Amino acid sequence: MDQNRREFLATAGALAAQPLIKTGDQEHHHDHHHDHDHQDVPSDPALRVKALESLLVEKGIVNRAEVDALIDRYEHQVGPRIGARVVAHAWVDPAFKQRLLTNATAAIAELGLGGAGDGATMAVENTPAVHNLVVCTLCSCYPWSLLGLPPVWYKSTAYRSRSVIDPRGVLREFGVEVPDAAEVRVWDSIAEQRYLVLPERPAGSEGMSEEALAALVSRDSMVGTAKVALAADGGRR
Amino acid sequence: MNGVHDLGGMHDMGPIPLERGMPAFHANWERRMLGMMLAAMSGQRLNGDAFRFEIESLPPADYLRMSYFERWIPVLGALLVKNGSITPAELASGKAARRAGKAVKAAAPPVGRTPRSRREGAAAPRFTVGQQVRARNMNPVGHTRLPRYARGKLGTVVQDIGVAGFPDTHAHGQGDKPQHVYSVRFTARELWGDQAPPRDAVYIDLWDDYLESA
Repeated sequence: MDQNRREFLATAGALAAQPLIKTGDQEHHHDHHHDHDHQDVPSDPALRVKALESLLVEKGIVNRAEVDALIDRYEHQVGPRIGARVVAHAWVDPAFKQRLLTNATAAIAELGLGGAGDGATMAVENTPAVHNLVVCTLCSCYPWSLLGLPPVWYKSTAYRSRSVIDPRGVLREFGVEVPDAAEVRVWDSIAEQRYLVLPERPAGSEGMSEEALAALVSRDSMVGTAKVALAADGGRR
Repeated sequence: MNGVHDLGGMHDMGPIPLERGMPAFHANWERRMLGMMLAAMSGQRLNGDAFRFEIESLPPADYLRMSYFERWIPVLGALLVKNGSITPAELASGKAARRAGKAVKAAAPPVGRTPRSRREGAAAPRFTVGQQVRARNMNPVGHTRLPRYARGKLGTVVQDIGVAGFPDTHAHGQGDKPQHVYSVRFTARELWGDQAPPRDAVYIDLWDDYLESA
């Protein structure tokens, strides 16, 4: 295996890892000595992605309409509003909340949400005694079907490294202080199961409609890096 | 592989990059890369574990320098070369060797992930909820989902999540080896020592083969 990997990296991987794609630039000057590697193709990711897409389209591996549709799905159709609907419904319907905490995959499916893209989902409840925080230390596993694409901070080396060793420090950076008497539970979601934090319902929200409640629920609160407050903070993440 | 991707417990990675508004994409090429990757993953039935291993195999300094979507650029090219749907020369030139009328068949049989739940031939679970277990001390050079910070540590099985393919073999075309995956609770003090807060814990989803009874 290792030998195969080395051979592979020595050829294709190395080519792929370096910006070697030719631009076809006819004005390239050859009046210098060839004692160093040419960089025929810019290392600019934008140009490398453009070259890769044009190759994959030419080879019939992807087509642009399909790529456009997938971008639209994850940029505009799937996002944290889906998770927020699940949370708000759990807040107003205690029986649903119980089903959500027992078998989130089935409970979310009841609402016609979730599904393709993620495997099983587990919901973990924040209470005054327990604060849950979700991370993936090995890559960036995230419940795409409920929350959409992960934010940059979730994918950052800073968050991935520190969440497991210093979750209270990480939470403080997000402005969340967990009392010493409470337990912090970090979920390192490195396998196929995905996690949704059920945040605490804010005090004073008793009379609010399910729809109004859903509007309060931020993405970060469903990852565990924020609490839900009655007033939106002006730039809610 | 004991790579730089295995970040849990490392210090000094800087402040967490928080942005207000938090756009999903910061440049249009990131959109294209996402769409292409998803299209190719499903169209070519690319192996998700092999995908992760390619990312982990990036040179460590590049891994740390590159953004999330930037890492995908060399990785998608490498996966498609590996499954035979493009050649290294095509990847290098950005041009197809000959015009393809339709999709080019992969030379190697595609190795997709088998359906998630309750697979045929799954190994019987070796552990039960409530049981104390130890994460094995192992350092494979290939792909693994057992993070370094958990190796050798004692934990408690809190949930049997069900059956999934085993990444360590599946990433390398050595079979799906379906087995149970458990949520295992490790106390913060077991992982990090006596300075850790007494009540805190980390829950890690671990495959049966990563565990031994304790």
